[in-house]
Amino acid sequence: MKYMMFVVADPDAESEPSDGPTIEEWLDDVDSRGKRLTGDRLRPVSDATTVRVSRGQLLVTDGPFTESKEWIAGFDILECDDLDEAIEIASRHPVARGGKLELRPFWTDGD
Amino acid sequence: MTTGAHRATAEAVASVVAAERAAIVGTLIRLTDDWDLAEDCVQDATERALGRWPREGIPRSPGAWLTTVARNRALDVLRRRRTERSKLQERAVTDGMGASGGTAPEPDDRLRLIFTCCHPALALDGRVALTLKTVAGLSTAEIARAFLVSEPTMSQRLLRSKRKIANAAIPYRVPPDELLAERTGGVLVVLYLIFNEGYGQPDDRLAVEALRLTRLLVDLMPGEDEARGLVALVTFQMARRSTRFDAHGDLVPMEEQDRARWDAGLIEEGQLHLRRAASSGRPPGTFRLQAQIAACHAAAPSAEATDWATIVTLYDALLVAQPSPVIALNRAIAIGFRDGYEAGLTALDGLDAEVLAGYYLLPAARADFLRRLGRVDSAERSYRAALELVPTGQPEHRFLRRRLAQLPDGRNV
Repeated sequence: MKYMMFVVADPDAESEPSDGPTIEEWLDDVDSRGKRLTGDRLRPVSDATTVRVSRGQLLVTDGPFTESKEWIAGFDILECDDLDEAIEIASRHPVARGGKLELRPFWTDGD
Repeated sequence: MTTGAHRATAEAVASVVAAERAAIVGTLIRLTDDWDLAEDCVQDATERALGRWPREGIPRSPGAWLTTVARNRALDVLRRRRTERSKLQERAVTDGMGASGGTAPEPDDRLRLIFTCCHPALALDGRVALTLKTVAGLSTAEIARAFLVSEPTMSQRLLRSKRKIANAAIPYRVPPDELLAERTGGVLVVLYLIFNEGYGQPDDRLAVEALRLTRLLVDLMPGEDEARGLVALVTFQMARRSTRFDAHGDLVPMEEQDRARWDAGLIEEGQLHLRRAASSGRPPGTFRLQAQIAACHAAAPSAEATDWATIVTLYDALLVAQPSPVIALNRAIAIGFRDGYEAGLTALDGLDAEVLAGYYLLPAARADFLRRLGRVDSAERSYRAALELVPTGQPEHRFLRRRLAQLPDGRNV
């Protein structure tokens, strides 16, 4: 099962003591297990542009699509046996402490 | 056959079916990976059994009979579907039949089912509903009634959970060792929630189901101390169920309950589980601690003769394991019975009133201590404050009104 893992930064979160793996250790581990298809960091929402078309009119605005203080700081596409494996991988990501990870399964052909 | 005998047979049939159901659903889900199909087939087998067994007698191996009927039904349905997936499912069911032609349920099938229904990635209300539907075998209508929602709402809730299991690939399995403790804790939380939903209601079927499910879990996982703790907690509370309300349906506080009518068999069962859990040598978790508190009450010949000192110590331990304002409140009440009502009031004053604001038990406990101290005016004020916080018509509301009316100078409410 393929999952999109959104790496969500939360400026309001209380910082957690980080005794888990660093991002390099996490990447080494996940890549060596062949569980990560791709992934990257994203620039902050101050550099975001939102695009939509309303009544035939192109609307381009500065900033993210949500008002939320939380913002998507990166993503990884995981290929896992099941949700438990994806949860295990997400739980070891450094942003799990102090931020959040959202796991979203991809649509599959059968759906 | 007389009507009475008919009913007795129907009840025997229903209880046999209830005992076998979860294992068969669990097996069919494992083989077909299709929750709706599994439930439909077991439902169909159950209806046939309820129709035939009262006339023909209960077969020697009722589980095998039900499994065979459910499995054949599944094969019929799958053959009619003629899709790529259904062919694979059909193969899995046929392969799973074994040499004897029976679909051998694996001992873990019920556990797989329970753990998957209680997976933390499902919404809590969905976990509760799915457990009641697939493990306990309640109908959607029954669950909807118990949770005071419409049947379509409950149907949607069940559907959403089943879809998430399939779409997000929640594994159908007993969690591996490194996840087992955490996930077992999650199952116990769901079962206790089901218990609390039913306990004290005029129709306490959910509490009875929770007891049955918790016993089942202990049978399946005898080494899990916390599961034993939950069974004990539930049995001690169930032991008191017939004395909690009087003939008018009014709440009877524990110190006025007729202890001779507490169910000795259930209390013994709870004590046995606590002894077994204690023999593991592991420190007690939150359910075991709560059960130990309930055990102190169950063993006491009267409210006065209750071991309040031990109860306070247990609340101390519980507060460390699970800091909660409600537990702190109950500890303060226990202090009042251990050290005197003045001390109880002081302990209540020391609580975080802000966090507990809106919780009726804080003013109600204060009112109770004030009443016992003979401070009628203050007691009255506290009773009125407590009454503000309980919806009219609830047993607690009637109880507090009664207490208020019984204050020494017989004030009218």
